[in-house]
Amino acid sequence: MRNPQLNDKGELQHLLSIEGLPRETLTHILDTATSFVGVTAREVKKVPLLRGKSVFNLFFEASTRTRTTFEIAAKRLSADVINLNIAVSSHTKGETLLDTVDNLSAMHADMFVVRHAQSGAAHLIASHVASHLHVINAGDGRHAHPTQGLLDLYTIRHYKKDFTKLSVAIVGDVLHSRVARSLIHALTLMGTPDLRVIGPMTLIPAGVEKLGVKVFHNLEQGLRDVDVVVMLRLQSERMRGALLPSAQEFFKYYGLTTEKLALAKPDAIVMHPGPMNRGVEIDSAVADGSQAVILPQVTFGIAVRMAVMSILAGN
Amino acid sequence: MTLVLPDPEALCAGLVQQLKPRVTADTALVGIHTGGVWLAERLHTALDIALPLGLLDISFYRDDFDKTGLHPQIKPTQIPFEVDGRHIVLVDDVLYTGRTVRGAMNELFDYGRPASISLAVLIDRGGRELPVAAQYVGAQLEVPTDRMLVLDRDENGKLRLKLDA
Amino acid sequence: MKIHIRNGRLVDPINNIDERTDLFVAAGKVAAVGKAPAGFNANRVIDAAGLVVCPGLIDLAARLREPGFEYKATLESEMLAAVAGGVTSLACPPDTEPPLDEPGLVEMLKHRTKTLNLAHVYPIGALTVGLAGEQLTEMAELRDAGCVGFSHADVPLQDNQVLWRALQYAATFGFCVWLRPQDGYLAKGGVAHDGEVATRLGLPGIPSFAETIAVATIIELIRATGTRVHLCRLSTREAVGMVRAAKRDGLPLSCDIGIHHAHLSEMDLSYFDSHCHLLPPLRSARDRNALREGLKDGTIDAICSDHAPVDEDSKLLPFGESEAGATGLELLLPLTLKWAIEMKVPLAQALARITQQPARILGLDAGHLSEGHSADVCVFDAEYYGKVSAAGLKSQGKNTPFLGIELPGKVRYTLVQGQIAYDAGNS
Repeated sequence: MRNPQLNDKGELQHLLSIEGLPRETLTHILDTATSFVGVTAREVKKVPLLRGKSVFNLFFEASTRTRTTFEIAAKRLSADVINLNIAVSSHTKGETLLDTVDNLSAMHADMFVVRHAQSGAAHLIASHVASHLHVINAGDGRHAHPTQGLLDLYTIRHYKKDFTKLSVAIVGDVLHSRVARSLIHALTLMGTPDLRVIGPMTLIPAGVEKLGVKVFHNLEQGLRDVDVVVMLRLQSERMRGALLPSAQEFFKYYGLTTEKLALAKPDAIVMHPGPMNRGVEIDSAVADGSQAVILPQVTFGIAVRMAVMSILAGN
Repeated sequence: MTLVLPDPEALCAGLVQQLKPRVTADTALVGIHTGGVWLAERLHTALDIALPLGLLDISFYRDDFDKTGLHPQIKPTQIPFEVDGRHIVLVDDVLYTGRTVRGAMNELFDYGRPASISLAVLIDRGGRELPVAAQYVGAQLEVPTDRMLVLDRDENGKLRLKLDA
Repeated sequence: MKIHIRNGRLVDPINNIDERTDLFVAAGKVAAVGKAPAGFNANRVIDAAGLVVCPGLIDLAARLREPGFEYKATLESEMLAAVAGGVTSLACPPDTEPPLDEPGLVEMLKHRTKTLNLAHVYPIGALTVGLAGEQLTEMAELRDAGCVGFSHADVPLQDNQVLWRALQYAATFGFCVWLRPQDGYLAKGGVAHDGEVATRLGLPGIPSFAETIAVATIIELIRATGTRVHLCRLSTREAVGMVRAAKRDGLPLSCDIGIHHAHLSEMDLSYFDSHCHLLPPLRSARDRNALREGLKDGTIDAICSDHAPVDEDSKLLPFGESEAGATGLELLLPLTLKWAIEMKVPLAQALARITQQPARILGLDAGHLSEGHSADVCVFDAEYYGKVSAAGLKSQGKNTPFLGIELPGKVRYTLVQGQIAYDAGNS
């Protein structure tokens, strides 16, 4: 079955998921992002690539952070940006998802950045829009968050260079995490030999080993000698759904403290997609410590999104 | 009729002679990737330019983005000096339609306001589509419109000219 | 009307017939098989050369969407779909709006279907009032109104004490209880089989043990009560094993699978295809293979369409929000034939799964072409291969994963009570 992300020429038409993309495509995006890091470091942070193009941020699930980074990225490419918080408006009036998309397409959009609470929403939209429109998945349910996976990949490449020699641990609520799934696909695609997920049984999804990871329920064992530690955000709803008893017990056994981090390699880096819950999944000492690269992740995130938008717009 | 290509090494030497009287301690040289950078490196050394060499990739400033998309290989842009108030010599291998130079100038202006920009090229092949002119020209050459003239470099760094389809 | 169906391959599993012979219909009944009755002057001769003539198909589960869901489909459209699919008798589950928990509703449904004069409809009554899982329905009254069994449709009956008492009450009258084994709590929030595909797609999962735990509970309750139970739409290989063991113990248990589960697995979800959003979910390839084998060796008694027409808008949604279900009445025969061809099951044995066995489970004297009995006949071309198309389906539900796929079998004629209810040449 043809990959819905690629057009007839095999070029990237949409970015819906890292799964199924060729390694060359990922590398191309990362290399292009490197050039954009240079742009964001200048005084004039804009380039005219997307001038005259309209980027619509369709956020069916509220998120100020992600929406802001996409907005910044689009504006740095000189695009016009329209923000739509559908969570509040037409959706509640009963308009279907595809009707909303059709209405917006009629307003001469060139690119949709979509975030939705349901897995598969971005795929549905991409299969429905006219052929000139590009769809970027900014997060669909538990399924995928490809730009996050790419910026995580970029960050790891920046600090560690060679994926084929790395040991990476992803810690926390893997069950509900689209960030985890996208990063797992990205790292396995780039040939990472030792990929681990760490969490209590209730938060590790069925059959996750088939994605190419080793499962650990013990944080100390899982962190031993890793090069990269990725901490996932724990949402408070998990305590109410009989998945976890309390944030305190979670922090005691799965929270990243200086002592636990010491089990990893001395030059290991600590990543977090944000926003952080200090004292739940990560200690302030670690979050503010020298091994954390959480703020650089944000900077890289803008460059990566600029790269994705430019590549799609040019195809 | 086969086209006889001039010797780029000789042309380079000729450019050095043209530029020598104009170069001061504050002159900046900026090469346009990729052929312009190779030429600029040679000029930079031969003219003993004080300021470090600037490198420009114009991928983000091209006017044909909608047609051809983003170039698969983007080289780094480095402008290691203040552009404000600077006399800049822009260097490229072949001057043709003038669109590359237009993009380069737009990009330079995003770094600051230069005092002046002059253009040095190895070959001016005519066929301008924009009002762009080079102040320093190695040679003028008429090239058939269906061919591409490119500068190349061998393993020893010696410059070569190639005619591509 | 006197009808002579000539030269067809007559396959009648109950009467052990599989040969080229003629069928004679008169006054709504089978007048004779083989030789014409004396003085038989046919009003209509159907040339069935190269075609199969079998008892009209019996579908154990087809939702007609009336009362209450007329925007999805109507009685008229779905009954036409039934006869176009060669189905002459069907059982409909009680999950209408309101549910079939009162004799008046059942009578009205039976009356409506009777006036349409198409397939026979056998309503399955609700086991509890409003399908709310608390109060028993007046099962005897419902039986008198026309119900052939009692079920909880797809609504979980969480209180096992209520389930136990419902089974006891049904057993008192010898009624059959139809149950879809799924633990409501374990399945809560799930939309796909809890396994590697759901994990990859980020879809909440329904674990296999949501079914097996329910099957185990039901089997133990049958041991205690002796109630005749029909398990609806198995989906796990473990459940097949449990049914096999329970049957060996002599428990009065039967079961069926849906046509889509005989062919598809979780892999078919591909890029969130909501046409594959079904209940129970499509499980692993191993589960599917066990279902196919179970249907062959008879552990699984019958196969049915589990017909659930869904309007297009309800499918054009993200997978988790889309409505579950697939249209199936017109695919019952093609998908049964496909299964038979692939599993190397003889035609008679395959047809038994959609005629003889369903009749037995429903407690009907049907599913055979015996002299003097109602002439419910299906005449079909077993060699024909055709692509499933939305335009070609009579049902208002066009929701099937098999759209655009070539399937074997095409119904040419369907007779119900000796009348030609469907003629492919004239439709």
